[in-house]
Amino acid sequence: MAHAHKLEIFRGLVKFKSNTQKIWGVLIFLTLVTAVEVVLGIYKPDALMVPVLGMKGLNWIFIILTLVKAYYITWDFMHMRDETKSLRRMVVWTSIFLICYLIFILLQEGGYIESVYSNGYVKRDF
Amino acid sequence: MNTTVATTETEGKSWGGGNQPLKASYGKMMMWFFIVSDALTFSGFLAAYGFSRFKFIGSWPIADEVFTHVPFFHGNYPMIYVAFMTFVLIMSSVTMVLAVDAGHHMKQKAVTWYMFLTVIGGLIFVGSQAWEWNTFINGDYGAVQTKGGNILQFGKYETVEGETVFKRVAVKDFAAAMPGERVDHERKNGLWYESEGTLPEFSVDEVYTGLLAKKDILVRTQSVNEKGEKTILTREESLKQIKDNGKQVVHGANLQVNEYGSPLFADFFFFITGFHGFHVFSGVIINIIIFFNVIIGTYERRKSYEMVEKVGLYWHFVDLVWVFVFTFFYLV
Repeated sequence: MAHAHKLEIFRGLVKFKSNTQKIWGVLIFLTLVTAVEVVLGIYKPDALMVPVLGMKGLNWIFIILTLVKAYYITWDFMHMRDETKSLRRMVVWTSIFLICYLIFILLQEGGYIESVYSNGYVKRDF
Repeated sequence: MNTTVATTETEGKSWGGGNQPLKASYGKMMMWFFIVSDALTFSGFLAAYGFSRFKFIGSWPIADEVFTHVPFFHGNYPMIYVAFMTFVLIMSSVTMVLAVDAGHHMKQKAVTWYMFLTVIGGLIFVGSQAWEWNTFINGDYGAVQTKGGNILQFGKYETVEGETVFKRVAVKDFAAAMPGERVDHERKNGLWYESEGTLPEFSVDEVYTGLLAKKDILVRTQSVNEKGEKTILTREESLKQIKDNGKQVVHGANLQVNEYGSPLFADFFFFITGFHGFHVFSGVIINIIIFFNVIIGTYERRKSYEMVEKVGLYWHFVDLVWVFVFTFFYLV
């Protein structure tokens, strides 16, 4: 069992003395990220509302911060960091591949249907 | 004969148990596989939500205007309560890892306490979600639904600290009470095999009369303008829209109507947060079972607290899903 924990996060930038300490460290980091998200969500700075790749810039920031949080939950709370490389790849890449496929196919079609509505082929603005 | 025996022996070595491919025990690996499949289910739901949202990108409700309540406080506080819920769930994730860690060191007492705290965190979260549902179902301002299924909301311009802002007005604050003839269709007064739900508090005529009398109230449609705000109609257009297209008054949200905008928003909200809440609920139940197993010393006798670790994986996964639900329902 995974008794030997890897105690570094941020690629070795921060090292912890014990596993318990690492858990609290990760909690502080996750809380910080959530706090940033909430503050940005409440104030919505105008500078970040410009469209980037079909979405508001702020939304991209939210999605990236969410993925960062997901990484630390999986790697440190679920101990993915301590599993073998093959288990890690099996779980992570399978999900990433299938989820990307799902997202692509559904959002693509959603955009298409929106264009059908907005080009006036189907009327619903009454 | 000899050869058969030899095969059985080798088979016994690789399949007879005690083997740990990828250095993970059978139970832990199966938990990971379950999590992968469950993650795909949730991403299917969230991607479907994205599909509907991109389909109605020009008229989707703005989450900040929908979830604005905090228990025991009046006023407009978007995001605060849901941020609290997120923190509770992350915190209960932390107590769960601490329980797993204490289990590795075979500290029965510490595991018991940390499991207890995890269960409490889970219960607070499920309770908060029930409250959030209740607030959403009850609604706050009310609106008029048009024949085409669009939502018309009401409000007026007010000056707050030198700035002109559009303040929402509740339907019940301006609608005129008029004696109506519309009777609730019940089994005893109509077709015996059909019945209908409760009638809305006001009819569209009452809303229209009230709107005529209060000259400063305007209608806000659900279409989003270039600035990312909902479009506000002029006085003439407001009256015209309600008169020509108004169909029924809606208050709150359910699976058919939603005073905040597209009914699909409410459908997905109930479905996805409901499915997630069900996961949290079952996680709490499993945690309670493990909690009692820890107390009666099952894992002391087994000399391994791996069961806590497996349940912990599930509990962290529930937290992980919430992180995404939080982003896509409340932030983006």
